[in-house]
Amino acid sequence: MTSEHEAMETDSIEALLPWHAAGTLDRRDAERVEAALAADPELARRYALVCEEFGATIALNESLGAPSAHAMQDLFAKIEAEPQRRPNVVRGLGARINDFFGSLPPRTLAWATVAAVIAITVQAGFIGVMATKPPAIGRFETASAPTTAPGVGAFTIIRFAPQATMDDITKFLEMNHFNVVAGPSAGGLYKVRVADKALPQDELGALTQKLQQDKRVGFVAPTR
Amino acid sequence: MQTSSDDVLISRIANGDRLAMQVLFARHHVRIYRFVLRLVRNEATAEDLISEVFLDVWRQAAKFEGRSQVSTWMLSIARFKALSALRRRPEQELDDETAAAIEDHSDDPEVTLAKKDKGAVLRECLTALSAEHREIVDLVYYHEKSVEEAARIVGIPEATVKTRMFYARKKLSELLKERGIDRGWP
Repeated sequence: MTSEHEAMETDSIEALLPWHAAGTLDRRDAERVEAALAADPELARRYALVCEEFGATIALNESLGAPSAHAMQDLFAKIEAEPQRRPNVVRGLGARINDFFGSLPPRTLAWATVAAVIAITVQAGFIGVMATKPPAIGRFETASAPTTAPGVGAFTIIRFAPQATMDDITKFLEMNHFNVVAGPSAGGLYKVRVADKALPQDELGALTQKLQQDKRVGFVAPTR
Repeated sequence: MQTSSDDVLISRIANGDRLAMQVLFARHHVRIYRFVLRLVRNEATAEDLISEVFLDVWRQAAKFEGRSQVSTWMLSIARFKALSALRRRPEQELDDETAAAIEDHSDDPEVTLAKKDKGAVLRECLTALSAEHREIVDLVYYHEKSVEEAARIVGIPEATVKTRMFYARKKLSELLKERGIDRGWP
């Protein structure tokens, strides 16, 4: 590859960095960017700048608040005032299923019923066995009740590295005593509570930098 | 956990299902509001516009063909509404807002930087970008739109999306430099 081609390739990779940070590249492009970042320290430094912008944009938008209940009331008042909508021309799935079974001859329908009963019985047996079997040691169970009130604590947004397995992520959360409180969003971001009470900005910043060094973490930034 | 996909909700809305409309509104109204607010810079206008956006969704749901994500379609509607509202707004009002958005540079960059942390300066510079640049940065970073989806929302070619994002980031670096933060790029 000539140096001119290399420069063009670097430019095209650099243009993709914002989408790589947001996790919206397809697998092929994401792998191209990952390879380039591993081979080019200057590109990696520029990617760190992109990640800063990414975190700041999310923080800025999250600080904008939300509309009042008036917006929803106004919308549904307008919807109520709309003319009554006629039933859709496209018929529902239930109606189409009824039509299908209604069109079958009685003998075919009887055999289909017997086959369905057998299938359901076998499936119920499997489910029964699985439900009564004692859980394996170390099996993952979700915590159904939050131990901290929602909105209280210090938070970061985290995207886990593509190579991190579910086991890696579980260990990471357990080891650090973190809780996932929301996500994942479209870009694979999770909102994670990193402390039960709010942390000073510099402390949260230091923690974020430390977490960024963890191989299981692809991107991390403080959030509210 | 999202129990119904947005596409399912849209097909239910097309059949006049008000509950599906409530679910879609609850799921997306905050992000749509923030997108509009960043464009029009006026909370009351942004709030009025989101009910107009969702009313259009209610009316047009049957015409949605699923060629893009539902959120991309809604952001396209929101953008159109926001730009229309900006065109209707008196020039005087725009001038006042522009003046309000301009930073008071009575402190030199070092003093400004000393007063604020880097993140705060970065957020301030993101606010100071032009509407065109704010829009593309928000779509890519906050609304997590791919190149293709951003191109669809803004109505420009995909290559232009990439160059516009590059120039938005370049402008951001320049604004940071004016405030005493040299990122060494571009």
